[in-house]
Amino acid sequence: MSLQIEEQRQTEGPDGRPRQELVVNVGPSHPSTHGVGRVVVHLDGEVITKADMIIGYLHRGIEKMCENRTYLQVVPLTDRLDYVGSMYSNWAYCRAVERLAAIRVPERAEYIRVIVAEMQRIASHMMSIGSAAADTAAATLFIYSFDERERIIELFEELCGARLTYNYVRPGGVAFDLPEGWTDSVLEFTKAHRKALDLMDRMYFGNVIARGRLKGVAVLGRDDAVAWGASGPVARGSGVDWDLRKHDSYSVYPRFDFNVPIGENGDAYDRARTRLLECYESCSIIEQAIEQMPTGPHKVEGQPRLIMPRAGDAYDHIESARGSLGVYIVADGSPRPYRVKFRSPAFCNLALVPKLAVGHTLSDLVVVLGSLDPVFGEVDR
Amino acid sequence: MNIDELRDHLCGQYPDLCPLFSIEFGDGTLQVECRGLYDAAADLKSLGFDMLGMVTAVDRGEHFEMVYRLTSREMSVGMFLKCLVPRDKPHTRSLYDLWPAALWQEREVYDLFGIEFDGHPDLRRIMLPEDWVGHPLRKDYQDERIIKRPDYI
Repeated sequence: MSLQIEEQRQTEGPDGRPRQELVVNVGPSHPSTHGVGRVVVHLDGEVITKADMIIGYLHRGIEKMCENRTYLQVVPLTDRLDYVGSMYSNWAYCRAVERLAAIRVPERAEYIRVIVAEMQRIASHMMSIGSAAADTAAATLFIYSFDERERIIELFEELCGARLTYNYVRPGGVAFDLPEGWTDSVLEFTKAHRKALDLMDRMYFGNVIARGRLKGVAVLGRDDAVAWGASGPVARGSGVDWDLRKHDSYSVYPRFDFNVPIGENGDAYDRARTRLLECYESCSIIEQAIEQMPTGPHKVEGQPRLIMPRAGDAYDHIESARGSLGVYIVADGSPRPYRVKFRSPAFCNLALVPKLAVGHTLSDLVVVLGSLDPVFGEVDR
Repeated sequence: MNIDELRDHLCGQYPDLCPLFSIEFGDGTLQVECRGLYDAAADLKSLGFDMLGMVTAVDRGEHFEMVYRLTSREMSVGMFLKCLVPRDKPHTRSLYDLWPAALWQEREVYDLFGIEFDGHPDLRRIMLPEDWVGHPLRKDYQDERIIKRPDYI
């Protein structure tokens, strides 16, 4: 049973009258937690007075496992972190290894990485918007957005053979060059996807019920978002203009012309709509990247499979669909990393649940969780 | 404040540890004594480092190395703050007062490394169950369930 009453006790309310406090356990396997997370909520009537987010149900010790593998063997493990955005974990890890071992990536590989990363952003946002809408019983949007995501997954399957755990970005480039005619399929997709986004925008974000359900819920102020280390659409929905693609300008992103959508009110509606608007920008980046993409090698020629960087440490980060995904590697000169740390954006964003849920009703808890878009593979690692 | 002013300020404050800032060579690093960690962090916060991105630790044998990564949005630079905590009864001051982002990240370090944070409002295990014995990311952690991988290299 996923919704369970833990205890009931009498307390005194602020007005001095007796009040019955109810402690309800939501999860760990509850559809609205988008994975395995548990929220213990204290209720006064229907209103949450205190919430405690309990995580760790998917903790596999990936950081410990990395210490036991060679640098190349870690890449498949990173797929299992953010399992709806595996390309990001691959890429962030590879960037840190490349920085550590001073590997220069060919230009074509950088363009391929940008294209797959932006496609992954669309896939991940479609999943986020759709499932958050399904939580609030707007099941129609879920079907439409999953249809869009499916097309991207099919394209990825054509590219690297896997639907979710791609193991595609490798230190020094990417695993395979693009298949013949693949970019044409991608361009067809972006063209159709823009129309689908217009439809979804009208269908859900213009809908009076959805607006009533999302507006004003889980409001996160701009200063709070910065202080709590929120990133990605959660921070940008609160009006924080911070996107590593623009402000850290890694890889070949400075060559593309794109906007960073910013929300105003910092509520669940603004966060979800920021994600939708980002998909338009991603389409535009993909089209520009395909147009500019040079020919050449897709990985460093003659690079040994056993990477042995000098002793030292390196940190690198990218803007994933959930925010700043950083990887910190400490090397000791051996073929295995001494310590690997994944700075996961979903973990930092999820720390806001106890703060955001207070004052809302139990039925709004699903909106709070859905708007933060947690992926528990990445939260628990 | 721009990067040059920041470098001048830090070089005046910490003459031995003049940090270098360059996108090409990674972020600047400030290695301080753990006693002065909180003050150094507060100093950096007042210089515009408004985001605490990452808190982690590295097992260095006799010591644990605490690693904090701070980001300044205004200057678009990142910076590492490091300090060594002795392995015997490891503890350091919590940065929760400065950045609430430390709340969960310090709990994670406490859980997996066993480093205690003085002044942390809610120091409990976060990844592992409350009754877990030991701190898995320490290099001397023993568990019979860990499978030793054959050495193919």
